[in-house]
Amino acid sequence: MKRRDFLKNTAVFVAGASVSVSALDFITPKELFAANPQLKWGFLVDTHKCVGCGFCVKACKTENDIPYEANVTRTWVERYVIKKDGDVVMDCPKGARDGYTTKLLDQNHSGMLLVPEDEIAQAFFVPKLCNHCTTPACVQVCPVGATYQTADGVVLVDRSWCIGCGYCIMGCPYGVRFFHPVEHVADKCTFCYHRISKGGDTACAQACPFDARQIGNLKDPNDPVAQTVLSQRVGVLRDEYGTKPNVYYIGLNKEVR
Amino acid sequence: MKNHVWRPLFVVIAIAIGILLFRAFYVPSDFGSQEQGYTFGYHRLSNEQEWKDYPEKYKGNDYCNECHDDKIEELESAHHGTIPCENCHGAAFDHPDDPEKLTIDRSRELCIRCHAKLTMPSSDRNDIPGIDPAKHNQGEECSECHNPHNPSLEDM
Amino acid sequence: MVEQVAQMIVHGEAWTVKDLFVLPNEYVYWSIQIVMYPYMTGLVAGAFVLSSLYHVFNVEKLKEIARYALVFSFALLPVAMMPLMLHLMQPLRGIHVLMTPHFTSAISAFGIVFMTYAFIVAAEIWFVYRKFIVESVHRLNNKQDRSGLESLLLPIYKIISLGAMDLSKEALDSDHKAVKFLAGLGIPVACFLHGYAGFIFGSVKANALWMTPLMPVIFICSAVVSGIALCIVSYYIFMEMRKWAAKRGKNWLLPDALAQGGTAIPVEQLRSIQEHEVKMTSKYLLIFMTAALTLEILDMIFRGYTAVKSWDALRMVIYEHDFMKIFVYQYGLGNFLPFLLLLVPGLTTRRAVIASILVLFGVFMMRWNVVIGGQAFSLTFAGFMEYHLPIIPHDIETFKEGLGGMLSVIFAPFIIFYFLNMIFPAFMSDDEVH
Repeated sequence: MKRRDFLKNTAVFVAGASVSVSALDFITPKELFAANPQLKWGFLVDTHKCVGCGFCVKACKTENDIPYEANVTRTWVERYVIKKDGDVVMDCPKGARDGYTTKLLDQNHSGMLLVPEDEIAQAFFVPKLCNHCTTPACVQVCPVGATYQTADGVVLVDRSWCIGCGYCIMGCPYGVRFFHPVEHVADKCTFCYHRISKGGDTACAQACPFDARQIGNLKDPNDPVAQTVLSQRVGVLRDEYGTKPNVYYIGLNKEVR
Repeated sequence: MKNHVWRPLFVVIAIAIGILLFRAFYVPSDFGSQEQGYTFGYHRLSNEQEWKDYPEKYKGNDYCNECHDDKIEELESAHHGTIPCENCHGAAFDHPDDPEKLTIDRSRELCIRCHAKLTMPSSDRNDIPGIDPAKHNQGEECSECHNPHNPSLEDM
Repeated sequence: MVEQVAQMIVHGEAWTVKDLFVLPNEYVYWSIQIVMYPYMTGLVAGAFVLSSLYHVFNVEKLKEIARYALVFSFALLPVAMMPLMLHLMQPLRGIHVLMTPHFTSAISAFGIVFMTYAFIVAAEIWFVYRKFIVESVHRLNNKQDRSGLESLLLPIYKIISLGAMDLSKEALDSDHKAVKFLAGLGIPVACFLHGYAGFIFGSVKANALWMTPLMPVIFICSAVVSGIALCIVSYYIFMEMRKWAAKRGKNWLLPDALAQGGTAIPVEQLRSIQEHEVKMTSKYLLIFMTAALTLEILDMIFRGYTAVKSWDALRMVIYEHDFMKIFVYQYGLGNFLPFLLLLVPGLTTRRAVIASILVLFGVFMMRWNVVIGGQAFSLTFAGFMEYHLPIIPHDIETFKEGLGGMLSVIFAPFIIFYFLNMIFPAFMSDDEVH
């Protein structure tokens, strides 16, 4: 009796598990690099050069059909104002879609805030975008395999397969994901995969008049981005999450969240 | 009759087989663990190509240069030479076929993206000549005085 | 034009108020339906565990409520899936969870675990009610003038009997053993079903409030608490309704009587059953409440003591923004007060029911504080988000993820239970039924 029921339930379990037996072959990172040794996309942001014009955000929205009026964006620019007493004030109105044109800092529900000029110790802009992590938390938590990493290190979303549960949005430590207001699926920066795969620049990097944004191949020793990452003091955002981000920053300091 | 306890199991097996059959028919054949393995690479392979085929909107200065080389030359010799054409003229799409004419953004809002005076020590923004948009010739378009391609007033 | 503007409202924008520095894409993406989801799965798991206490551990005293809890648990099952379907941006693609499960995600197991669990509960009900099903087939077959409902029930019974018409003593004995086995097997599966709902939250490393290995255990304990409490409350309500209906002969309130003919239990018997069952069940409620509360408080003390980087933001949320919701509603009204009510000697049925209602509210607030509270602060720890439950819907989204959606989920199990009761009478007092 018991044996029979045990068999029955084993059968249930096996039937369930066999749904994805093919999926259980894990590949080690070593094999992975061997498979494609010559290409891994990386990004370099120079926070000194960024002037907060927001042309990158505008270009990204146009290039990737993210509705201009919608309050979501694949890339954005943050403003940090560090006061002489150590306080940090930050803002990012509409993702800096229209640039920074006022000294007032948008504190959302708390209204606008003006930091007097003589209290400012330092102030700068930090552009943000998807970090295309080497071990992306968002991909790990997707229940259906709708978001994934390509062999050249870009994290993409399959718009025809995403169920829109929002787990990846919750799982991303950088807040780069959102629901596309028209497609109604999770959306995020693709590193302009359609452009870089044809040898082009990302729309944001191309729109930047100051070369604050650069895309490059981290595996190519002659690539300017790879050279900077190797030879200069660069930082990444929130490495404590263990996601191994691939967007590197020049001029990052501890106040940057 | 005796072994009626098996019957719910048969139902379960039938349902499981039904689901597996449906799965075989429903899931695209190129779906699976690709190069990156199951954890990070489980997806429909053809989606990569779909993203690669996404249409480009911004074509870059080289594209503009094919016809408007005179303008590019003028622009590049001046301060605004680093600004890509499409930042003000709008994305090219398939210009001149579609759209035939690009809409140029001549608004103050565009110029003050860089030229509103902010206090930004430790950022290159501080080095850009800036004005207070509330006080500097309010209500007028910048291009009435400044040539966008060569904005320095001394050169005009 | 208006339509176009409405379309540009991003998912989450309608009910999120941002304060200070919040990243542009941050909204309360997981709202009321994700509060309802662990709440409903918790109720399923809890109700099932209650019924298993009788079947597996032979807690004779829970005999009457056990059968009720089992059927109610089955009625709750489809409803546990409802919040997810209402929440998904692409509900039609929900099937993808079964088609291409990505097992590194905690959600991916949902389809498989949920179905396994559904099969176990269904099979258990089948074994418990098999004798009744077979008898019903015979009874309805022999009946000359079947009512409309009865002619509908006959083919249903014929199908679900799966052709197993043997009612010999050996056959019934094997039924009995099967019930015991399935009830035993169901406990770990129910705990897994719900524990992994806790894992969905506990494993999100990006969220400082959610990420704790205690989360699955806390979820299981509070699930059992809420499941038992709901059984007490609904059992009481149904019994009151039956008493009322039995006195006045209002058969339409008694779906089983409607379907099976007048087998209503006498009022006096109902009253004694009700009192006995409710009081017994309350004892178990108390035990699981203690466990749940201990873990929750341990978690909070640990966060405050270790005070890692995120603590400044968490402290703001716990002690300032959500103080009322956490300390007054959840711990005060939802835990402390019912604790007192249940502990004071001379427990009456009514007092147990009031305590259970408070417990249900407390567990709901706990889910709310976890799900919404976890999104009350920005990833930057420099800003906050406030959630406003949409009361009056102005489009399909604010209905689904608003009060309307919430109420649909709350009332659905009772509607399902009503109809399920016609097929499997949960209040039958037949000693032969296991």
